[in-house]
Amino acid sequence: MVKRQLHTEQLNLWFGNNHVLHDVNLSIEQKKITAMIGPSGCGKSTLLRTFNRMNDLIADTKVTGKVLLDGEDIYHPKADVTRIRSKVGMVFQKPNPFPKSIFNNVAYGLVVQGKYSRMDIQDRVEKSLKAAWLWDEVKHRLHDSAMSLSGGQQQRLCIARALANDPEVILLDEPTSALDPQSTAKIEELCLELKNEVTILIVTHNIAQAGRISDYIAFMYLGELVEFGETNRVFTVPQDKRTEAYLTGVFG
Amino acid sequence: MSWRKVKHHLGINAMRACLLVTSAFLLMFLWRIFSRGLGIISWEFLSQPPLKGMTAGGIYPAIVGTFWLTVLSILIALPLGVLTAIFLHSYGKPAWLMRMVRIAINTLAGIPSIVYGLFGMAVFVNLLQFDVSLIAGALTLAVLAMPMIINASEEALRSVPTDFREASLALGATERQTILRVLLPTALPNIMTGTIISIGRVAGETAPIMFTAATFYSLKLPRSLSDEVMALPYHIYALMTEGAHAEQQVPIAYGTAVVLLSLVLSISAVAIIIRYHIRKQRKW
Repeated sequence: MVKRQLHTEQLNLWFGNNHVLHDVNLSIEQKKITAMIGPSGCGKSTLLRTFNRMNDLIADTKVTGKVLLDGEDIYHPKADVTRIRSKVGMVFQKPNPFPKSIFNNVAYGLVVQGKYSRMDIQDRVEKSLKAAWLWDEVKHRLHDSAMSLSGGQQQRLCIARALANDPEVILLDEPTSALDPQSTAKIEELCLELKNEVTILIVTHNIAQAGRISDYIAFMYLGELVEFGETNRVFTVPQDKRTEAYLTGVFG
Repeated sequence: MSWRKVKHHLGINAMRACLLVTSAFLLMFLWRIFSRGLGIISWEFLSQPPLKGMTAGGIYPAIVGTFWLTVLSILIALPLGVLTAIFLHSYGKPAWLMRMVRIAINTLAGIPSIVYGLFGMAVFVNLLQFDVSLIAGALTLAVLAMPMIINASEEALRSVPTDFREASLALGATERQTILRVLLPTALPNIMTGTIISIGRVAGETAPIMFTAATFYSLKLPRSLSDEVMALPYHIYALMTEGAHAEQQVPIAYGTAVVLLSLVLSISAVAIIIRYHIRKQRKW
């Protein structure tokens, strides 16, 4: 039985006078990987960032419509943004571990919530590092600076950091575009493993990557959700000419 | 030789000449101060009060006075300056008002220090009736140091990559937690460097303490915040302008200058060492 995890209704977003998202209606299934593709500037990253309200950081942002996380409207005036963000983890394009130790990076989300004991935190840090396939590489140097890790390790650390909060959804914003092919392959495999536990949304410029890992494809163009469907179907019989053109490399 | 090569050599040699002139001035300056002042430095000079109307003895009360003036002024200016910088950087709204505040701060940073002295006298000495005292001088120096500390701190906060802020907020941290746990610790080394530079500046200032804290001549050490104090830069001024025994006073003035210079140089050296270590660690 599949369950709707994230759902948008008539979502519109403006940065100042710039109308970035137009009437987006989207349903994301639980424990699936949904890849968001489209040319640069189409609004896919902005859409991703509406799911944990990171667009709030940009001045003059206006949102209309609804974004439901497990049925809860996250743009409701009384919504608790910090709680939403601990339920929706995010991994950024450039690995951005804090200039702290490996342990403290992963523990950060738990520490700021202030409701976990030291033992709890230790357990969860270990569990998250294992889940992100990093434990064996770092278990002997948890208190070294995270900056001493390689780029691919740093990105897996960022995934572990997001997993520590036990999120329901993980948002990945072009997570492999700054990595070498081997690290990329590892992260892709990791995503396939993680979808047993969490819902994954990934923005990618790499169409092949979307094909390799995603269950669903959302194609965006000029702020509109042009096409949404199962990856096989969208790749084999795209219903919109623009999708077909993008997938075949006519523009992009 | 082609014309381009001639120009190249002319250019290089012109710069070489400029460098030589600059370093010649610096070396002459250091030579003059140290050759005249070093001879008088002794344990007694550093540990005794001035004697016989400043013609003999040491400068111990001035060292103590400068120490306390500097420490107190930084203790006052550092929290005020850093918190102001955090507000300007992370909370300040609307933007135009913050721009005005920044212009005001930069203007304050450019004001001649004697004006701070007059301000300190008007406000701390007269209006608040602290009289000429350690605390009035420290407050005046704090006002002087604040724009420097605010600018250095805001610059330090601005140089923290926004990635860190986003990562912290995305993990469910509040704005306050992000500032305390990520922004400040990351910016701290640069804030420290800025602070240490302003310590050097504060220690060497004469004009701001002239009417607010300093006394020509004191045998005793300051016992409380309301005592007048001696201070190294002001002591040099006093030795050169007061008293009738130039032949004894001038060498003492040079000796005092050596002590002050060494103090400020070693403070700057600490700043440079800290900065070096930070740059080595920084990998983002």
